[in-house]
Amino acid sequence: MNTQFFAAWIEEIAAAVRAQRDHLTQLDAAIGDADHGANLDRGFTAAQEALAGASPQTPGALLVLVGSTLIRKVGGASGPLYGTAFREMGKAFGEAAEISPAELSTGLNAALSGVQRLGAAAEGDKTMVDALAPAAKALAQAVQDGLKPEEALEAAAAAAEQGARATVPLQARKGRASYLGPRSVGHEDPGAASTALLFGALKAAASR
Amino acid sequence: MKKLINSVDSVVTDALRGIAAAHPSLRVDIENKVVFRADAPRPGKVGLVSGGGSGHEPLHGGFVGHGMLDAACPGEVFTSPVPDQLIEATKGVDGGAGVLHIVKNYTGDVLNFEMAAELSGDEGVEVATVLVNDDVAVQDSLFTAGRRGTGATLFVEKIAGALAETGAPLAEVARVAREVNERSRSFGVALTPCTVPAAGKPTFELSDTEIELGIGIHGEPGRTRAPLREAREIVRVAMDAIDADLPLSGETLVMVNGMGGTPLIELYIVFAEVEAYLRDKGATAVRSLVGNYVTSLDMQGFSVTTCSLTGELTRLWDAPVETPALRWGR
Repeated sequence: MNTQFFAAWIEEIAAAVRAQRDHLTQLDAAIGDADHGANLDRGFTAAQEALAGASPQTPGALLVLVGSTLIRKVGGASGPLYGTAFREMGKAFGEAAEISPAELSTGLNAALSGVQRLGAAAEGDKTMVDALAPAAKALAQAVQDGLKPEEALEAAAAAAEQGARATVPLQARKGRASYLGPRSVGHEDPGAASTALLFGALKAAASR
Repeated sequence: MKKLINSVDSVVTDALRGIAAAHPSLRVDIENKVVFRADAPRPGKVGLVSGGGSGHEPLHGGFVGHGMLDAACPGEVFTSPVPDQLIEATKGVDGGAGVLHIVKNYTGDVLNFEMAAELSGDEGVEVATVLVNDDVAVQDSLFTAGRRGTGATLFVEKIAGALAETGAPLAEVARVAREVNERSRSFGVALTPCTVPAAGKPTFELSDTEIELGIGIHGEPGRTRAPLREAREIVRVAMDAIDADLPLSGETLVMVNGMGGTPLIELYIVFAEVEAYLRDKGATAVRSLVGNYVTSLDMQGFSVTTCSLTGELTRLWDAPVETPALRWGR
């Protein structure tokens, strides 16, 4: 997976977020403040513009730039959290020009640690971690099992999707949905849903 | 959705242009989205910066001026500002005595202010932070995001702003800001949801005979839904929640705040009930504010905020203030 692959990933994310903008906003309206779709759309549009302007030369530099742009443009909790995820992944990749599935797995774990350090959320708190952590685990397992890259990304995407859906019965303990207490039960977490979109886009980039 | 807007994407910028045009005592950096006092930075004075999502007007931009904030950073509607904005504001108000960040306790606001404080510190600006978390509807716990910051934000901004105006050092200004927060409690009630421009429809549905108890300021539903009752009964629920958390007593500063869409006549009806409740508990409403100060777009409803006063806090509350939304004594 080279720089071009990660640029394609960001393109796929931007397209998916735009297509799902209203859906994400509706999920957020139910248990948050109805801005998640609009915020991520603004952030990933800005990230694409930043990439077009700077043409980073390595996957690591590309992801750090995407992360910094999200922190600068998105606001809310999702800006710093997603921004940190991309920056940590980018930093884990270092100067490498080509990223193996094993390195991607390392990068994803770094992203997860960064998000958890900043947001202090654990699995089961009904946040993006509920999609991110299973995806990281699934990718690590796939790498260990020696699956082909496309199969590994497929497994990660499926785990993220399943993790997001599994937030429906949970009561939120972090983020704005936590203010609803027991009334947050019965809704999919918007952050977990958008994280699942990111992994769907990763799979889509691989099958280009 | 009916809104007086030009386009959904330009809501915040267009409003900032209006603020700039209406208030020559402010300097509005429209590109960076920062509302400054025109005379910032003031040498030797601690700078006060607050900020948060838009949609709560007059909070925060309406509280920039003599005796209150030095700068305010509006984010998108209900979305915290970004670090770039906050850094711009922090550097722009630093008169060499440091800067106090007044942050409402929401995950997004906390994260963005934290990043801004760290980066401003790298550039040599001393920053202290006070978190406002006055909303008793939310259970405070290590395992949650904790209580929300709501109406007490205005009290903190006013009282800390008055102390900063006297030339007090950063540590003192931060101490009094924290004291105001610790002595303040709020509870909010919604009669209707609100409509976020980018979403285009109300944030929740509520029938004509229902209300939401324990709401925040972002159009989110409250902790529970209840049948509509007399104002007296609704006030009792709100005040019981406050009193159970921090027993009401002594001289009290009270705000009955509209959520943006409530007629003032109803807010005065609420205030009368709040005042009677306090008297019943042996407390006295010695200072009061009634009006729309910390709003949630077009939501109907109210919040009540109390602050148990000390001599020092009363003096600072009474000190002159001159901002678009709060002015007396000058």
